[in-house]
Amino acid sequence: MPATWTIDGLKESLAAKKISARELLADFYKRIEANNPELNAFLALTPERARRQADKIDALIASGSPLPPLAGVPVAIKDVISTRGTKTTCGSKILENYVPPYDATAVERLEAAGAVVLGKTNCDEFAMGSSNENSAYGPVKNPLAPDRVPGGSSGGSAAVVAAGLAVASLGTDTGGSIRQPGSFCGIPAMMGSYGRVSRYGLIAFASSLDRIGPFATKVRDVAAILQTIAGRDPHDSTSTTAAVPDYLAEVAKPLKRPRLGIPKEYFAEGMDAGVRQKIEAGIALFRKLGCELVEIRMPHTDYAIAAYYIIATAEASSNLARYDGVRYGLRVPDDSLLTMYRKTRGAGFGPEVKRRIVLGTYVLSAGYYDAYYLKGQQVRTLIAEDFRDAFTKVDAILTPTSPVPPFKLGERTSDPLQMYLADIYTVTGSLAGVPGISVPCGKIDGKLPVGLQIFGPAFGEARVLQLAHAFEQAGGADV
Amino acid sequence: MKISRDDVLRVAELAYLDLTEAELQTYRAQIDEILEYIGKLNELDTSKVEPMAQVLATDQHADATLREDLVVPCAVAEDVLHHAPDPEPPYFRVPKVIER
Repeated sequence: MPATWTIDGLKESLAAKKISARELLADFYKRIEANNPELNAFLALTPERARRQADKIDALIASGSPLPPLAGVPVAIKDVISTRGTKTTCGSKILENYVPPYDATAVERLEAAGAVVLGKTNCDEFAMGSSNENSAYGPVKNPLAPDRVPGGSSGGSAAVVAAGLAVASLGTDTGGSIRQPGSFCGIPAMMGSYGRVSRYGLIAFASSLDRIGPFATKVRDVAAILQTIAGRDPHDSTSTTAAVPDYLAEVAKPLKRPRLGIPKEYFAEGMDAGVRQKIEAGIALFRKLGCELVEIRMPHTDYAIAAYYIIATAEASSNLARYDGVRYGLRVPDDSLLTMYRKTRGAGFGPEVKRRIVLGTYVLSAGYYDAYYLKGQQVRTLIAEDFRDAFTKVDAILTPTSPVPPFKLGERTSDPLQMYLADIYTVTGSLAGVPGISVPCGKIDGKLPVGLQIFGPAFGEARVLQLAHAFEQAGGADV
Repeated sequence: MKISRDDVLRVAELAYLDLTEAELQTYRAQIDEILEYIGKLNELDTSKVEPMAQVLATDQHADATLREDLVVPCAVAEDVLHHAPDPEPPYFRVPKVIER
């Protein structure tokens, strides 16, 4: 059995009856059992649900029926995405015993396409963090370098795929939480345009920014997962009716000498020298592939972190008001209702979540709204305009995903601002609503993975995937 | 100093969030540093810039239509109550709010 399965390889083996979906599942659970105690990447497993689904696939194979596109593909789901009947904790003590009464649309669509849900993955509490160290259930280790973080907030979803414990997974991205862990764990990871994938069943952090997207070991598989989960959902009014192209067909098309923008602002000081060297080698590979490289300016890049942490914390403080100990989750009893609220929230939320609630409430409070929240929204407009202007000149934009390679566990936990600044290259695309992918772009000293980020215009996912696929096929992971 | 101890207390009160003395001090100092950093936004003149609350409204491809408001069965009440901290079906029980 291969250490790493691709969706195509797996389908072929199933169809040729070299392996059954049930056997495949058993093998994956064996791998998880052997590796998860060390990695801490899965928070919960769903073996009964997975077996029921695997049996369905095996029945289809036995009867010679056509197989759905993700037949038997073992997937993992970030623990901020609702799964009916299975605990969904958001990496928080306040939801330690929360069992959703329904499935998120993205999960429902994966299963309808034949995928087998293995379990739920660890993450920073309420998806707030860049290292997975803010989980109430302990940090995840980077499978490529166990003394280092896997990135965050979707650290568990990235780690399980990189370690071969799942073929693909779902994460969520608000300011970089899919792309950065993808980069840190050396696998492709994608955030589609805002509105591309339904968020129904995603437990909200910052509603104008949150997106669901895939991790896999190959860009083709990222495309296959995105294909399955994309598209209008009547349960989410922010999911768009824009047609979903055939990503798998688009990915395979040859590049037509695209113009790629290199924004000067993303290559200023603050970037690790090893990362810079790999990204420059990656850009050179695109040139070799016949792409035209153009230096562009995105003048408001340097203001993105400040705008992002106003908007994201403001929205979070509002979204997290629902955790009051009344309808679900933790309750710390008290005779007074208001004291019950205060005690419940004080005991249930971890440090980063409390910090963001305080900051978010402050920037929205009387007297500060205009100076902070309104200002942040105005700067968001300027950042979105930077992207709009850039896409009148180029077809896509190349940047590093993260200014630094995976850092050591515990290295950055004491300074929240320094942790926030690590999101510098990813928050811009989050604010602008455009799609972005991180693709493996070599390893520093053959050890620490670097990710190259490709941004496309809104709903230009096909172009982004095509470029990432061409880069991967040309040996981008080993530059 | 951008944010005082009293500001943090006031905001924690607004957010119904109990903070220990140690948390209060740590968050005040950290948030002060973050607000100091955020202050760089004042380098930009945004007096003529429209605020952007979300990206869809200005995107030509986005068509965030509202669905029809139809009543559909949603038989989850029992399930929801079952997982509540203090259920008294069909209600959630809370501490007494109104004084006699």
